[in-house]
Amino acid sequence: MGIRTLVAMLVVSLAVIAVLATQATYRLFLPGLLQGAVLTIEIAVLGSLLAVVMGVFAALARMYGPAPLRWLATVYVEIFRGTSALVQLFWLFFVLPQFGVTLDAFPVAVLALGLNVGAYGSECVRGSILSVARGQWEAGTALNMSRAQMLRRIILPQAFIAMIPPWGNLFIELLKSTALVSLITLSDLAFKAQQMNQNTFKTVPIFTLVLLMYLAMSLVVSIGMRLLERRASLGLARGRAA
Amino acid sequence: MTEQPMVRFDNVSKRYGSLTVLDGLNLEIARGEKVSVIGPSGSGKTTVLRMLMTLETINDGVIWVDGEPLTHMQQSGKLVPANLAHIRRIRAKIGMVFQSFNLFPHMTAMANCIEAPMTVLGMKRADAEARAAELLDMVGLSQKKDHYPSQLSGGQQQRVAIARALAMRPKIMLFDEVTSALDPELVGEVLQVIRQIGREHDLTMLMVTHQMGFAKEFSDRVCFFYQGKICEQGPPSELFGAPKNERTRQFLHAVLEAG
Repeated sequence: MGIRTLVAMLVVSLAVIAVLATQATYRLFLPGLLQGAVLTIEIAVLGSLLAVVMGVFAALARMYGPAPLRWLATVYVEIFRGTSALVQLFWLFFVLPQFGVTLDAFPVAVLALGLNVGAYGSECVRGSILSVARGQWEAGTALNMSRAQMLRRIILPQAFIAMIPPWGNLFIELLKSTALVSLITLSDLAFKAQQMNQNTFKTVPIFTLVLLMYLAMSLVVSIGMRLLERRASLGLARGRAA
Repeated sequence: MTEQPMVRFDNVSKRYGSLTVLDGLNLEIARGEKVSVIGPSGSGKTTVLRMLMTLETINDGVIWVDGEPLTHMQQSGKLVPANLAHIRRIRAKIGMVFQSFNLFPHMTAMANCIEAPMTVLGMKRADAEARAAELLDMVGLSQKKDHYPSQLSGGQQQRVAIARALAMRPKIMLFDEVTSALDPELVGEVLQVIRQIGREHDLTMLMVTHQMGFAKEFSDRVCFFYQGKICEQGPPSELFGAPKNERTRQFLHAVLEAG
């Protein structure tokens, strides 16, 4: 699916929101939902940043780190991949205070979702590094580069392109998981929707708007990742297309 | 004593599990000598190059380069397995060109040629570019310096790879079946470049090749490998003209028959 299709879908979903907003039954809920959406976006963006940092760090530690670091990274990946994001949220928010560590709901949301998705992300970073042809390492060795130089200059730039599509998946996954944070007292988009629904029972307008808003947000992620992919593979694709 | 050889394999063996790829190899290559390695596939000829480039470890013996051990280092008078710093110091004297080019696909021809001079040798960009431009000109690709590998033909890619290796100013160049992946009409341009650097540079060259005509015309010495051992070696006129060993005769007969 080309970027144009995605942009068209985004325009249509925003247009539908705008058209619906002309009706009073819909307009009524828009400010509250937008407020929730802002929080959702904040958590998603910060969580994604944390996920990328953790994913890259854990993958490199597992592949090239000294034994203790390797061990630590493996434990991290298995714990955060092997338990659900909901349990992680609850644990950080409700269990940690029992041990004297109390965190606000917002940092807990970013932390839990970022660490959770980062654990998956480390596997896609690892996979994309392994997907770079062995001959590239050999060429680096023949040019007497150190392993760190090869990684930084030769391998990671090529692996980067391969990891863009799976990271796109993960970012959208993370965006949708933000709905879980309503369970630790945060007023995100999903929380606002439920709250309004319980107060007014206007299920159709509320959840139609919410659906369109999540869709628009995930389309923005998809489009961004496509643009990134296009930019990153400029040199590689140039000759192939010719 | 005669001059120190540039490369010396001293009783080197390579095994993969129970499979012996090279069995007690002894081989000396003189400074500036051009040596071709021929032999059937699986005879261990490529392994010789890969061990010298430190892409493969060895199981027995010592490899010497320019009078110093490559695979080992001296420690209180004894040879112990080399650490990475030692290997990198000695390896700096060796360059290699691969069958599959292995250019960096995300970099232009020029960027390929200045990458290691800058990151490894610490050269300034301007100096590295000047040197790379000279080399790209020598391999006939000054017009293509801003092209990416995917925009170049196989022959052009291989010539960039040769320029890239030379940019590190090696004393020894290894060529591993560098024309095997090329369309027949592109083989000539690559061999022409190798011929030229053989003439113009004071390089020691070791090449694994299936181009018997080129080996005959270009090398000072040809080694025929068979089952992990040098079966026969000598000047090309002798080895090709009057092979002594039955295996050599069979191999040459089969290869020349095929065209």
